Amino acid sequence: MKKDGFVEEFKRNKALFAMAAPAFILVLVMSYLPMAGLVLAFKNYRYDLGVFGSPWNGLGNFRYLFQSGTGWLITRNTVLYNLLNLITSQILAVVIAIFITEIHRKYFKKVTQTVILLPYFISWVVVGVFVFSIFNYETGLINNFVKAAGGEPINFYGMPAAWPFIICAFNAWKWTGYNSVIYIAAITGVDGEINEAAAIDGATIFQRIRYITMPSIRPTMVTMILLQIGRILRGDFEMFYQIVGNNGQLFNATDVIDTYVFRSLLVNPDIGMTAAATFYQSVLCFIIIMVVNAIVKKIDEDYALF
Amino acid sequence: MAKEDFIEAPKKIKLSTSSKVFYGISYAVVLLMAIICLIPFLLLISGSFTSEQWIRFNGFSLLPGELSLEAYKIIFKTPERILRAYGVSFFVTIVGTALGLFLTTLTAYVISRKDFKYRNVLSFFFYFTTLFNGGMVSTYIFYIQYLHLKDSLWAVILPGMFNVFYLLIMRTFVNNIPFALIESAKLDGAGEWRIFFQIILPLLKSGFATIGLFLALGYWNDWYNAMLYLSTETKYPLQYMLYSIQQQTQALSRIAAQAGIQVQNLPSNSLKLAMAVVATGPIVILYPFVQKYFIAGITIGSVKG
Repeated sequence: MKKDGFVEEFKRNKALFAMAAPAFILVLVMSYLPMAGLVLAFKNYRYDLGVFGSPWNGLGNFRYLFQSGTGWLITRNTVLYNLLNLITSQILAVVIAIFITEIHRKYFKKVTQTVILLPYFISWVVVGVFVFSIFNYETGLINNFVKAAGGEPINFYGMPAAWPFIICAFNAWKWTGYNSVIYIAAITGVDGEINEAAAIDGATIFQRIRYITMPSIRPTMVTMILLQIGRILRGDFEMFYQIVGNNGQLFNATDVIDTYVFRSLLVNPDIGMTAAATFYQSVLCFIIIMVVNAIVKKIDEDYALF
Repeated sequence: MAKEDFIEAPKKIKLSTSSKVFYGISYAVVLLMAIICLIPFLLLISGSFTSEQWIRFNGFSLLPGELSLEAYKIIFKTPERILRAYGVSFFVTIVGTALGLFLTTLTAYVISRKDFKYRNVLSFFFYFTTLFNGGMVSTYIFYIQYLHLKDSLWAVILPGMFNVFYLLIMRTFVNNIPFALIESAKLDGAGEWRIFFQIILPLLKSGFATIGLFLALGYWNDWYNAMLYLSTETKYPLQYMLYSIQQQTQALSRIAAQAGIQVQNLPSNSLKLAMAVVATGPIVILYPFVQKYFIAGITIGSVKG
């Protein structure tokens, strides 16, 4: 009889265990072991005593984080930015994907698709340079136009209200190409003959989009939205940090959990409160994705992530 | 996209007016989006070829003002700093991509082996890290205090080396290889490592290209790990070097705006743009040739494993 314990499996597939070992160890060390550091949220961290030697502090760090008002502010900002970015970037990607698949001039199609995907390849540092070149006070592109029209230059970097729009625009700029590739794949996955037959039967282009294209991208859309909801409390640190930087005047409108954590970690260290913020972020994100996935699974198993 | 992906226009059917309007709008919107995607690049390139003096008085513009190679001359007159940063970026990209590719392929192969009992447990072990993680603080403290990665190039290589998203894409490539091939090789007496190196690897060329390019792009564009962990300037990769320069100009400009004065010697506007061009150049030049691998990867990655 074939035995099925761990030892037998190990003997049988020794080589496979060895092949998986490097990645297993890497992920264990780089991703799993740091999870133990989450206890810092309940501690008063002292470098000399290390993570585990530092004294306990109960819920003090959390109390401090939320009583100061910062906790609420950064949570609100993170959630609102994620919702705004989710809606705008998905809608734009779907629109672009539908238009691109309906365009028949091969050359036009190829060139525009290449160009629209280009921003995905650009580092956020360079995007930061773009933003500065467009919006800065002395030499920015927009202020040049304003000055040329005889107006007073606008100090965007002292104007919090402008930044949700700027951030949202650059997020869409960076991701529309990437997301539209996914939607184009979903649309072209539909048999071209269905579309042709519908057209011959007299379906208008709008009917084809409504009854053939839209249903074909629905599963993709659900997956993408689910993935984003699973990250609703995670700010895209690289984007916010490069676009806004350490500009205190804009923090009320632009500070998200991740940028706040970064500053309190490296600029003016407050390990306890920062650890509380990341603990709250990690745990809540995990709960949200588990709950949302369970609900989706109940409604329609095919749409669940796992 | 492959040729067969295009939906052929029904040629014999006359387009109605509303369809014509639709097509008109779709061309216009796509074209507009493409232009919006290009504008920042235009700004970047023309700025880098404009003299510093001109930018100071007239600001950035979409077309080069007073043509000048000044910024590039400065970069290449004392190239040590830039060349070193280039060298670091190349080193990190090549080493990280090679190691990451090897690790990803090995692991993808193991979790796609149907006769491996723990393949689902193992997949979940990796997948779980996308659902839950230690967060920035504990990771940072752990890397510095326990792994001693402060100011080590490993700190910029190790974190990006293995990615669950790439693992799942690679698994899709491995799954395309029929299992019977492995079984028959086994019957012929080939060992596991030999099967992997001599049978599996040669069949994974497009998988290699795809994942290798994603990894390389990630390493080339990384500045975040460099910012967190590196403290010696000679170890800075190109993107982080560019970021430090950007940081200096931005701070000065902010002070100027608050005080309501024009700063006459904002350092190196055109220099900064020229550096951005130098840092982005390799990607933009390579991109059209490797685009299909990225599109394949993005498409495969979007399908749930």
